[in-house]
Amino acid sequence: MEIYAFYAIAAVVLSSAVLMVTSRNLVHSIVYMVISFVAVGGLFILLEAEFVAAVQILVYAGGIVVLFLFVVMLVNVTETYQVEFLHRQWLPAAVLSLILATQIGFLVWGNAGDLSADPSASASVLRAVDGGNTETLGMMLYTDYLLPFEVASVLLLVAMIGAIYLSKKRV
Amino acid sequence: MTDFLIINVVIPLVQIGVLLGILGLATGYIVLAERKVLAFIQSRLGPMRVGPHGLLQPIADSLKLILKEDLIPGSADKLLYIASPIVVVAAAFTTLALIPFGEGITLFGYHIPGVIADVNVGILLILGISGLTTYGIILGGWSSNSKYPLLGAMRAAAQMVSYEIALTFAVLAGLMMAGTLSMVGIVEAQLDMGVWFIFVQPVAWGIFTIAMVAETNRAPFDMAEAESELVGGFFTEYSGMRWALFFLGEYTAMLVMAAINVTLFWGGWLRPFPNVEALAFLDAVPSGIWFLLKVTTFLYLYIWIRGTFPRYRYDQLMALNWKSLIPLSILNLLVTGVVMLLLA
Repeated sequence: MEIYAFYAIAAVVLSSAVLMVTSRNLVHSIVYMVISFVAVGGLFILLEAEFVAAVQILVYAGGIVVLFLFVVMLVNVTETYQVEFLHRQWLPAAVLSLILATQIGFLVWGNAGDLSADPSASASVLRAVDGGNTETLGMMLYTDYLLPFEVASVLLLVAMIGAIYLSKKRV
Repeated sequence: MTDFLIINVVIPLVQIGVLLGILGLATGYIVLAERKVLAFIQSRLGPMRVGPHGLLQPIADSLKLILKEDLIPGSADKLLYIASPIVVVAAAFTTLALIPFGEGITLFGYHIPGVIADVNVGILLILGISGLTTYGIILGGWSSNSKYPLLGAMRAAAQMVSYEIALTFAVLAGLMMAGTLSMVGIVEAQLDMGVWFIFVQPVAWGIFTIAMVAETNRAPFDMAEAESELVGGFFTEYSGMRWALFFLGEYTAMLVMAAINVTLFWGGWLRPFPNVEALAFLDAVPSGIWFLLKVTTFLYLYIWIRGTFPRYRYDQLMALNWKSLIPLSILNLLVTGVVMLLLA
Protein backbone atom coordinates (compact mmCIF):
# COMPACT_ATOMS: atom_id res chain seq x y z
CA MET A 1 0.00 0.00 0.00
CA GLU A 2 2.68 2.43 1.11
CA ILE A 3 4.88 1.56 -1.85
CA TYR A 4 2.10 2.43 -4.31
CA ALA A 5 1.58 5.76 -2.57
CA PHE A 6 5.31 6.35 -2.87
CA TYR A 7 5.33 5.60 -6.60
CA ALA A 8 2.33 7.83 -7.21
CA ILE A 9 3.85 10.75 -5.30
CA ALA A 10 7.31 10.20 -6.79
CA ALA A 11 5.77 10.25 -10.27
CA VAL A 12 4.18 13.63 -9.49
CA VAL A 13 7.46 14.99 -8.09
CA LEU A 14 9.50 13.88 -11.09
CA SER A 15 7.06 14.78 -13.85
CA SER A 16 6.40 18.24 -12.43
CA ALA A 17 10.14 18.77 -11.97
CA VAL A 18 10.76 17.87 -15.61
CA LEU A 19 7.90 20.10 -16.73
CA MET A 20 9.32 22.90 -14.60
CA VAL A 21 12.63 22.76 -16.45
CA THR A 22 11.16 22.31 -19.93
CA SER A 23 8.31 24.80 -19.70
CA ARG A 24 8.92 27.91 -21.79
CA ASN A 25 6.70 30.16 -19.72
CA LEU A 26 8.36 31.28 -16.47
CA VAL A 27 5.10 31.46 -14.52
CA HIS A 28 4.18 27.93 -15.62
CA SER A 29 7.62 26.77 -14.49
CA ILE A 30 6.98 28.19 -11.06
CA VAL A 31 3.57 26.53 -10.83
CA TYR A 32 5.17 23.17 -11.62
CA MET A 33 7.78 23.91 -8.97
CA VAL A 34 5.03 24.43 -6.37
CA ILE A 35 3.39 21.14 -7.35
CA SER A 36 6.74 19.41 -7.03
CA PHE A 37 7.39 20.94 -3.60
CA VAL A 38 3.96 20.00 -2.25
CA ALA A 39 4.45 16.45 -3.52
CA VAL A 40 7.83 16.29 -1.76
CA GLY A 41 5.89 17.16 1.39
CA GLY A 42 3.85 14.03 0.69
CA LEU A 43 7.05 11.98 0.55
CA PHE A 44 8.03 13.30 3.98
CA ILE A 45 4.66 12.20 5.35
CA LEU A 46 5.30 8.71 3.97
CA LEU A 47 8.57 8.74 5.93
CA GLU A 48 6.55 9.66 9.04
CA ALA A 49 8.29 13.02 9.30
CA GLU A 50 5.13 15.09 9.74
CA PHE A 51 6.88 18.15 11.06
CA VAL A 52 9.28 18.34 8.12
CA ALA A 53 6.33 17.79 5.76
CA ALA A 54 4.37 20.66 7.29
CA VAL A 55 7.40 22.93 7.21
CA GLN A 56 8.12 21.93 3.61
CA ILE A 57 4.65 23.10 2.60
CA LEU A 58 4.66 26.16 4.88
CA VAL A 59 8.11 27.49 3.99
CA TYR A 60 8.97 26.22 0.53
CA ALA A 61 5.63 25.84 -1.21
CA GLY A 62 3.87 28.61 0.67
CA GLY A 63 6.53 31.23 1.25
CA ILE A 64 9.64 31.08 -0.89
CA VAL A 65 8.03 30.25 -4.21
CA VAL A 66 5.51 33.07 -3.77
CA LEU A 67 8.50 35.41 -3.73
CA PHE A 68 9.81 33.76 -6.93
CA LEU A 69 6.46 34.47 -8.53
CA PHE A 70 6.59 38.02 -7.21
CA VAL A 71 9.98 38.65 -8.80
CA VAL A 72 8.93 37.13 -12.13
CA MET A 73 5.91 39.42 -12.19
CA LEU A 74 8.02 42.46 -11.34
CA VAL A 75 10.05 42.02 -14.53
CA ASN A 76 8.24 42.76 -17.75
CA VAL A 77 5.47 40.23 -18.29
CA THR A 78 5.72 40.10 -22.08
CA GLU A 79 9.42 39.34 -21.96
CA THR A 80 8.96 36.34 -19.74
CA TYR A 81 7.14 34.52 -22.51
CA GLN A 82 10.06 34.03 -24.86
CA VAL A 83 12.83 32.53 -22.82
CA GLU A 84 15.59 31.03 -24.87
CA PHE A 85 15.47 27.36 -24.14
CA LEU A 86 18.91 25.87 -23.51
CA HIS A 87 21.12 28.97 -23.66
CA ARG A 88 23.62 26.84 -25.65
CA GLN A 89 24.76 25.30 -22.40
CA TRP A 90 23.80 21.77 -23.26
CA LEU A 91 27.34 20.43 -23.14
CA PRO A 92 28.19 21.39 -19.54
CA ALA A 93 24.64 20.46 -18.55
CA ALA A 94 24.99 17.01 -20.08
CA VAL A 95 28.36 16.40 -18.42
CA LEU A 96 27.08 17.47 -15.00
CA SER A 97 23.93 15.35 -15.37
CA LEU A 98 26.02 12.36 -16.33
CA ILE A 99 28.20 12.80 -13.25
CA LEU A 100 25.16 13.15 -11.01
CA ALA A 101 23.48 10.11 -12.56
CA THR A 102 26.65 8.07 -12.03
CA GLN A 103 26.79 9.11 -8.40
CA ILE A 104 23.16 8.19 -7.79
CA GLY A 105 23.60 4.92 -9.65
CA PHE A 106 26.66 4.12 -7.58
CA LEU A 107 24.72 4.82 -4.41
CA VAL A 108 21.74 2.68 -5.41
CA TRP A 109 23.46 -0.30 -7.07
CA GLY A 110 26.98 0.03 -5.73
CA ASN A 111 28.36 -0.82 -2.33
CA ALA A 112 25.73 1.14 -0.41
CA GLY A 113 23.43 -1.86 -0.21
CA ASP A 114 22.80 -1.18 3.48
CA LEU A 115 20.67 1.76 2.44
CA SER A 116 17.70 -0.45 1.57
CA ALA A 117 18.27 -2.94 4.37
CA ASP A 118 16.42 -1.14 7.14
CA PRO A 119 14.97 2.18 6.01
CA SER A 120 13.00 2.57 9.21
CA ALA A 121 16.08 2.42 11.43
CA SER A 122 16.52 6.17 11.70
CA ALA A 123 12.80 6.86 11.57
CA SER A 124 12.11 4.61 14.54
CA VAL A 125 14.44 6.72 16.67
CA LEU A 126 12.41 9.81 15.90
CA ARG A 127 9.13 7.99 16.35
CA ALA A 128 10.13 6.88 19.82
CA VAL A 129 8.89 10.07 21.42
CA ASP A 130 5.17 10.07 22.01
CA GLY A 131 3.28 12.67 20.01
CA GLY A 132 5.45 12.79 16.91
CA ASN A 133 8.96 13.82 16.06
CA THR A 134 8.65 17.59 16.48
CA GLU A 135 10.07 17.52 19.98
CA THR A 136 12.93 15.18 19.06
CA LEU A 137 13.82 17.38 16.12
CA GLY A 138 13.85 20.48 18.33
CA MET A 139 16.00 18.81 20.98
CA MET A 140 18.49 17.61 18.36
CA LEU A 141 18.71 21.01 16.68
CA TYR A 142 19.53 22.69 19.96
CA THR A 143 21.93 20.05 21.34
CA ASP A 144 23.77 17.83 18.85
CA TYR A 145 23.41 20.16 15.86
CA LEU A 146 23.56 23.50 17.64
CA LEU A 147 26.60 24.77 15.75
CA PRO A 148 25.35 24.05 12.19
CA PHE A 149 21.97 25.48 13.22
CA GLU A 150 23.49 28.73 14.47
CA VAL A 151 25.86 28.97 11.50
CA ALA A 152 22.87 28.59 9.17
CA SER A 153 21.03 31.43 10.89
CA VAL A 154 24.10 33.69 10.72
CA LEU A 155 24.39 32.82 7.03
CA LEU A 156 20.77 33.87 6.47
CA LEU A 157 21.38 37.11 8.36
CA VAL A 158 24.40 37.87 6.20
CA ALA A 159 22.39 37.15 3.05
CA MET A 160 19.65 39.47 4.25
CA ILE A 161 22.03 42.33 5.08
CA GLY A 162 23.72 41.83 1.72
CA ALA A 163 20.42 42.01 -0.13
CA ILE A 164 19.43 45.19 1.70
CA TYR A 165 22.82 46.76 1.01
CA LEU A 166 22.62 45.90 -2.69
CA SER A 167 19.07 47.12 -3.19
CA LYS A 168 19.31 50.39 -1.25
CA LYS A 169 21.49 53.17 -2.54
CA ARG A 170 21.79 54.82 0.85
CA VAL A 171 21.23 52.73 3.91
CA MET B 1 -12.59 -5.39 9.68
CA THR B 2 -15.98 -3.71 9.38
CA ASP B 3 -15.16 -1.68 12.47
CA PHE B 4 -11.93 -0.57 10.86
CA LEU B 5 -13.75 0.45 7.69
CA ILE B 6 -16.45 2.33 9.58
CA ILE B 7 -14.01 4.22 11.79
CA ASN B 8 -11.47 5.07 9.09
CA VAL B 9 -13.60 5.45 5.96
CA VAL B 10 -17.31 5.82 6.62
CA ILE B 11 -17.20 8.28 9.52
CA PRO B 12 -14.72 10.70 7.86
CA LEU B 13 -16.70 10.57 4.61
CA VAL B 14 -19.93 11.38 6.43
CA GLN B 15 -18.18 14.20 8.31
CA ILE B 16 -16.80 15.64 5.07
CA GLY B 17 -20.19 15.35 3.39
CA VAL B 18 -22.02 17.09 6.21
CA LEU B 19 -19.38 19.83 6.46
CA LEU B 20 -19.35 20.59 2.74
CA GLY B 21 -23.14 20.47 2.63
CA ILE B 22 -23.47 22.99 5.44
CA LEU B 23 -20.60 25.14 4.24
CA GLY B 24 -22.11 26.23 0.93
CA LEU B 25 -25.25 27.43 2.66
CA ALA B 26 -23.32 28.90 5.61
CA THR B 27 -21.16 30.97 3.28
CA GLY B 28 -24.27 32.36 1.61
CA TYR B 29 -25.67 33.38 4.96
CA ILE B 30 -22.39 34.90 6.14
CA VAL B 31 -22.55 37.09 3.02
CA LEU B 32 -26.13 37.99 3.86
CA ALA B 33 -25.16 38.75 7.46
CA GLU B 34 -22.36 40.94 6.18
CA ARG B 35 -24.71 42.89 3.90
CA LYS B 36 -27.26 43.26 6.69
CA VAL B 37 -24.79 44.36 9.37
CA LEU B 38 -23.04 46.79 7.02
CA ALA B 39 -26.47 48.16 6.08
CA PHE B 40 -27.42 48.67 9.73
CA ILE B 41 -24.09 50.37 10.43
CA GLN B 42 -24.86 52.76 7.58
CA SER B 43 -28.54 53.26 8.60
CA ARG B 44 -29.91 51.24 5.69
CA LEU B 45 -32.02 48.10 5.61
CA GLY B 46 -29.97 45.88 3.30
CA PRO B 47 -31.61 43.13 1.22
CA MET B 48 -35.35 43.07 1.98
CA ARG B 49 -37.11 41.79 -1.15
CA VAL B 50 -36.46 38.04 -1.35
CA GLY B 51 -38.15 36.29 1.56
CA PRO B 52 -38.86 37.86 4.97
CA HIS B 53 -36.14 40.45 5.66
CA GLY B 54 -34.22 39.14 2.65
CA LEU B 55 -33.60 35.74 4.25
CA LEU B 56 -33.79 33.91 0.91
CA GLN B 57 -31.38 36.32 -0.78
CA PRO B 58 -28.37 33.90 -0.70
CA ILE B 59 -30.38 31.27 -2.59
CA ALA B 60 -31.49 33.79 -5.21
CA ASP B 61 -27.91 35.03 -5.53
CA SER B 62 -26.43 31.59 -6.02
CA LEU B 63 -29.10 30.70 -8.62
CA LYS B 64 -28.20 33.86 -10.49
CA LEU B 65 -24.48 33.08 -10.34
CA ILE B 66 -24.99 29.52 -11.61
CA LEU B 67 -27.08 30.71 -14.56
CA LYS B 68 -24.61 33.41 -15.61
CA GLU B 69 -22.56 33.02 -18.79
CA ASP B 70 -19.06 31.70 -18.23
CA LEU B 71 -16.64 34.26 -19.68
CA ILE B 72 -12.93 33.69 -20.23
CA PRO B 73 -10.98 36.70 -21.56
CA GLY B 74 -9.48 36.01 -24.99
CA SER B 75 -5.92 36.87 -23.96
CA ALA B 76 -6.06 34.95 -20.68
CA ASP B 77 -3.80 32.04 -19.82
CA LYS B 78 -6.69 29.57 -19.95
CA LEU B 79 -5.39 26.73 -17.79
CA LEU B 80 -4.24 28.95 -14.92
CA TYR B 81 -7.34 31.14 -15.27
CA ILE B 82 -9.54 28.10 -14.70
CA ALA B 83 -7.31 26.56 -12.02
CA SER B 84 -6.90 29.65 -9.79
CA PRO B 85 -10.36 29.78 -8.18
CA ILE B 86 -10.20 26.02 -7.69
CA VAL B 87 -6.89 26.36 -5.83
CA VAL B 88 -8.37 29.00 -3.52
CA VAL B 89 -11.43 26.90 -2.69
CA ALA B 90 -9.55 23.61 -2.40
CA ALA B 91 -6.97 25.08 -0.02
CA ALA B 92 -9.66 26.64 2.17
CA PHE B 93 -11.74 23.43 2.29
CA THR B 94 -8.73 21.24 3.07
CA THR B 95 -7.86 23.29 6.14
CA LEU B 96 -11.40 22.76 7.46
CA ALA B 97 -10.60 19.06 7.90
CA LEU B 98 -8.10 19.96 10.63
CA ILE B 99 -10.39 22.18 12.73
CA PRO B 100 -11.87 20.59 15.86
CA PHE B 101 -15.53 21.64 16.00
CA GLY B 102 -16.34 19.99 19.31
CA GLU B 103 -15.64 17.15 21.71
CA GLY B 104 -17.29 14.62 19.45
CA ILE B 105 -20.36 12.48 20.06
CA THR B 106 -21.18 8.79 20.31
CA LEU B 107 -23.71 7.55 17.76
CA PHE B 108 -24.73 3.89 17.16
CA GLY B 109 -21.91 2.71 19.42
CA TYR B 110 -19.21 4.55 17.48
CA HIS B 111 -17.35 7.58 18.76
CA ILE B 112 -17.50 10.35 16.19
CA PRO B 113 -14.69 12.84 16.86
CA GLY B 114 -15.32 16.55 16.51
CA VAL B 115 -12.52 16.84 13.98
CA ILE B 116 -12.08 15.05 10.67
CA ALA B 117 -8.31 14.62 10.99
CA ASP B 118 -6.46 15.19 14.28
CA VAL B 119 -2.93 15.54 12.91
CA ASN B 120 -0.12 16.02 15.39
CA VAL B 121 1.25 18.98 13.40
CA GLY B 122 -2.30 20.27 12.81
CA ILE B 123 -1.82 24.01 13.18
CA LEU B 124 1.36 24.09 11.06
CA LEU B 125 -0.42 22.21 8.32
CA ILE B 126 -3.37 24.61 8.45
CA LEU B 127 -1.04 27.60 8.11
CA GLY B 128 0.88 25.86 5.33
CA ILE B 129 -2.14 24.88 3.28
CA SER B 130 -3.89 28.21 3.74
CA GLY B 131 -0.63 29.81 2.56
CA LEU B 132 -1.25 28.08 -0.77
CA THR B 133 -4.32 30.32 -1.22
CA THR B 134 -1.86 33.04 -2.21
CA TYR B 135 -1.17 31.15 -5.44
CA GLY B 136 -4.82 31.14 -6.41
CA ILE B 137 -4.89 34.91 -5.94
CA ILE B 138 -1.60 35.72 -7.68
CA LEU B 139 -2.12 33.34 -10.58
CA GLY B 140 -5.75 34.44 -10.95
CA GLY B 141 -4.57 38.03 -11.26
CA TRP B 142 -1.71 37.19 -13.58
CA SER B 143 -3.57 34.80 -15.88
CA SER B 144 -6.32 37.37 -16.53
CA ASN B 145 -3.69 39.27 -18.52
CA SER B 146 -5.06 42.64 -17.60
CA LYS B 147 -3.54 45.48 -15.60
CA TYR B 148 -5.86 45.87 -12.60
CA PRO B 149 -5.86 42.17 -11.74
CA LEU B 150 -2.07 42.10 -12.03
CA LEU B 151 -1.74 45.07 -9.66
CA GLY B 152 -4.14 43.43 -7.22
CA ALA B 153 -2.21 40.17 -7.44
CA MET B 154 1.12 41.88 -6.74
CA ARG B 155 -0.31 43.64 -3.71
CA ALA B 156 -1.84 40.41 -2.47
CA ALA B 157 1.44 38.54 -2.82
CA ALA B 158 3.44 41.07 -0.84
CA GLN B 159 0.75 41.54 1.78
CA MET B 160 -0.01 37.89 2.44
CA VAL B 161 3.63 36.84 2.62
CA SER B 162 4.42 39.70 5.03
CA TYR B 163 1.49 39.17 7.35
CA GLU B 164 2.06 35.42 7.41
CA ILE B 165 5.21 36.15 9.43
CA ALA B 166 3.41 38.12 12.13
CA LEU B 167 0.61 35.56 12.14
CA THR B 168 2.99 32.65 12.62
CA PHE B 169 4.90 34.39 15.40
CA ALA B 170 1.64 35.10 17.22
CA VAL B 171 0.63 31.46 16.84
CA LEU B 172 4.05 30.42 18.17
CA ALA B 173 3.46 32.32 21.41
CA GLY B 174 0.25 30.37 21.91
CA LEU B 175 1.99 27.12 21.03
CA MET B 176 4.63 27.77 23.70
CA MET B 177 1.85 27.74 26.26
CA ALA B 178 0.21 24.63 24.79
CA GLY B 179 3.35 22.60 24.16
CA THR B 180 1.74 20.79 21.24
CA LEU B 181 0.97 21.44 17.58
CA SER B 182 -2.22 19.40 17.51
CA MET B 183 -5.42 21.46 17.35
CA VAL B 184 -7.18 19.08 19.74
CA GLY B 185 -4.12 19.09 22.01
CA ILE B 186 -4.18 22.90 22.18
CA VAL B 187 -7.75 22.90 23.50
CA GLU B 188 -6.96 20.12 25.98
CA ALA B 189 -3.93 22.07 27.20
CA GLN B 190 -6.22 25.01 27.99
CA LEU B 191 -8.52 22.66 29.88
CA ASP B 192 -5.57 21.32 31.88
CA MET B 193 -4.23 24.76 32.70
CA GLY B 194 -7.72 25.94 33.56
CA VAL B 195 -7.30 29.18 31.63
CA TRP B 196 -7.94 30.28 28.07
CA PHE B 197 -4.75 31.45 26.43
CA ILE B 198 -6.24 34.89 25.73
CA PHE B 199 -5.68 35.69 29.41
CA VAL B 200 -2.00 34.76 29.32
CA GLN B 201 -1.22 35.86 25.75
CA PRO B 202 -3.30 38.99 25.08
CA VAL B 203 -0.56 40.60 22.95
CA ALA B 204 -0.25 37.54 20.75
CA TRP B 205 -4.02 37.51 20.37
CA GLY B 206 -4.07 41.14 19.26
CA ILE B 207 -1.34 40.52 16.71
CA PHE B 208 -3.06 37.38 15.48
CA THR B 209 -6.38 39.13 15.07
CA ILE B 210 -4.90 41.99 13.05
CA ALA B 211 -2.82 39.62 10.93
CA MET B 212 -5.81 37.34 10.43
CA VAL B 213 -7.84 40.17 8.92
CA ALA B 214 -4.93 41.05 6.63
CA GLU B 215 -4.26 37.44 5.71
CA THR B 216 -7.83 36.95 4.47
CA ASN B 217 -7.64 40.20 2.45
CA ARG B 218 -10.51 41.77 4.33
CA ALA B 219 -11.15 45.48 4.90
CA PRO B 220 -9.36 47.58 6.12
CA PHE B 221 -6.53 45.54 4.59
CA ASP B 222 -8.29 44.61 1.34
CA MET B 223 -5.55 46.09 -0.83
CA ALA B 224 -5.83 43.15 -3.21
CA GLU B 225 -9.41 44.08 -4.08
CA ALA B 226 -9.62 47.79 -3.29
CA GLU B 227 -12.79 48.41 -5.33
CA SER B 228 -12.27 52.16 -5.44
CA GLU B 229 -8.78 51.92 -6.99
CA LEU B 230 -8.50 48.60 -8.79
CA VAL B 231 -12.09 47.96 -10.02
CA GLY B 232 -12.28 44.47 -8.50
CA GLY B 233 -8.62 43.74 -7.83
CA PHE B 234 -7.31 40.32 -8.73
CA PHE B 235 -10.69 38.96 -9.82
CA THR B 236 -11.76 41.88 -12.01
CA GLU B 237 -11.96 39.65 -15.09
CA TYR B 238 -13.82 36.84 -13.36
CA SER B 239 -17.58 36.42 -13.56
CA GLY B 240 -20.32 33.94 -12.77
CA MET B 241 -19.45 30.77 -10.89
CA ARG B 242 -15.68 31.28 -11.08
CA TRP B 243 -16.07 34.62 -9.33
CA ALA B 244 -18.34 32.93 -6.79
CA LEU B 245 -15.64 30.33 -6.12
CA PHE B 246 -13.22 33.10 -5.13
CA PHE B 247 -15.88 34.39 -2.75
CA LEU B 248 -16.51 30.93 -1.34
CA GLY B 249 -12.77 30.57 -0.76
CA GLU B 250 -12.50 33.96 0.92
CA TYR B 251 -15.38 33.34 3.31
CA THR B 252 -14.20 29.82 4.12
CA ALA B 253 -10.74 31.24 4.85
CA MET B 254 -12.39 33.78 7.20
CA LEU B 255 -14.16 30.92 8.93
CA VAL B 256 -10.93 28.93 9.26
CA MET B 257 -8.96 31.90 10.63
CA ALA B 258 -11.74 32.62 13.13
CA ALA B 259 -11.68 28.94 14.12
CA ILE B 260 -7.90 29.01 14.67
CA ASN B 261 -8.29 32.16 16.75
CA VAL B 262 -10.99 30.52 18.88
CA THR B 263 -9.05 27.27 19.23
CA LEU B 264 -5.76 28.89 20.12
CA PHE B 265 -6.88 31.75 22.34
CA TRP B 266 -10.52 31.29 23.34
CA GLY B 267 -10.59 27.68 24.48
CA GLY B 268 -12.01 26.06 21.35
CA TRP B 269 -15.11 24.08 22.25
CA LEU B 270 -14.72 24.62 26.03
CA ARG B 271 -17.45 26.37 27.96
CA PRO B 272 -16.57 29.61 29.81
CA PHE B 273 -14.51 28.91 32.95
CA PRO B 274 -14.09 25.18 32.18
CA ASN B 275 -12.69 24.40 35.63
CA VAL B 276 -15.24 26.22 37.79
CA GLU B 277 -17.59 23.58 39.22
CA ALA B 278 -20.34 26.09 39.99
CA LEU B 279 -20.81 26.70 36.28
CA ALA B 280 -21.17 23.00 35.41
CA PHE B 281 -24.77 23.59 34.30
CA LEU B 282 -23.28 25.26 31.21
CA ASP B 283 -22.26 21.78 30.05
CA ALA B 284 -25.89 21.27 29.08
CA VAL B 285 -25.00 23.25 25.95
CA PRO B 286 -23.14 20.92 23.55
CA SER B 287 -19.47 21.74 22.98
CA GLY B 288 -20.07 22.28 19.25
CA ILE B 289 -22.52 25.08 20.04
CA TRP B 290 -19.96 26.88 22.22
CA PHE B 291 -17.47 26.62 19.38
CA LEU B 292 -19.89 27.96 16.80
CA LEU B 293 -20.92 30.80 19.14
CA LYS B 294 -17.31 31.90 19.49
CA VAL B 295 -16.60 31.58 15.77
CA THR B 296 -19.72 33.58 14.92
CA THR B 297 -18.57 36.32 17.28
CA PHE B 298 -15.33 36.56 15.32
CA LEU B 299 -17.17 36.60 12.00
CA TYR B 300 -19.19 39.50 13.37
CA LEU B 301 -15.94 41.20 14.39
CA TYR B 302 -14.71 40.89 10.79
CA ILE B 303 -17.83 42.63 9.51
CA TRP B 304 -17.77 45.22 12.26
CA ILE B 305 -14.14 46.10 11.44
CA ARG B 306 -15.02 46.37 7.76
CA GLY B 307 -17.88 48.71 8.54
CA THR B 308 -15.83 50.89 10.87
CA PHE B 309 -12.27 51.35 9.58
CA PRO B 310 -11.20 53.14 6.38
CA ARG B 311 -8.85 51.22 4.09
CA TYR B 312 -5.14 51.47 4.86
CA ARG B 313 -2.79 52.94 2.28
CA TYR B 314 -0.39 50.37 0.87
CA ASP B 315 2.76 51.74 2.54
CA GLN B 316 0.91 52.13 5.85
CA LEU B 317 -0.12 48.52 5.60
CA MET B 318 3.45 47.36 5.13
CA ALA B 319 4.80 49.71 7.81
CA LEU B 320 2.24 48.43 10.30
CA ASN B 321 3.37 44.88 9.70
CA TRP B 322 7.13 45.23 9.44
CA LYS B 323 7.65 48.07 11.92
CA SER B 324 5.07 47.24 14.58
CA LEU B 325 3.56 43.78 14.46
CA ILE B 326 6.65 41.68 13.71
CA PRO B 327 8.99 43.36 16.26
CA LEU B 328 6.21 43.24 18.84
CA SER B 329 5.55 39.57 18.20
CA ILE B 330 9.25 38.71 18.53
CA LEU B 331 9.43 40.68 21.77
CA ASN B 332 6.34 38.86 22.97
CA LEU B 333 7.98 35.50 22.22
CA LEU B 334 11.07 36.57 24.16
CA VAL B 335 9.08 37.71 27.19
CA THR B 336 6.97 34.54 27.10
CA GLY B 337 10.09 32.40 27.02
CA VAL B 338 11.77 34.25 29.91
CA VAL B 339 8.64 34.17 32.09
CA MET B 340 8.09 30.48 31.39
CA LEU B 341 11.71 29.77 32.28
CA LEU B 342 11.45 31.73 35.55
CA LEU B 343 8.18 30.06 36.57
CA ALA B 344 9.32 26.57 35.65
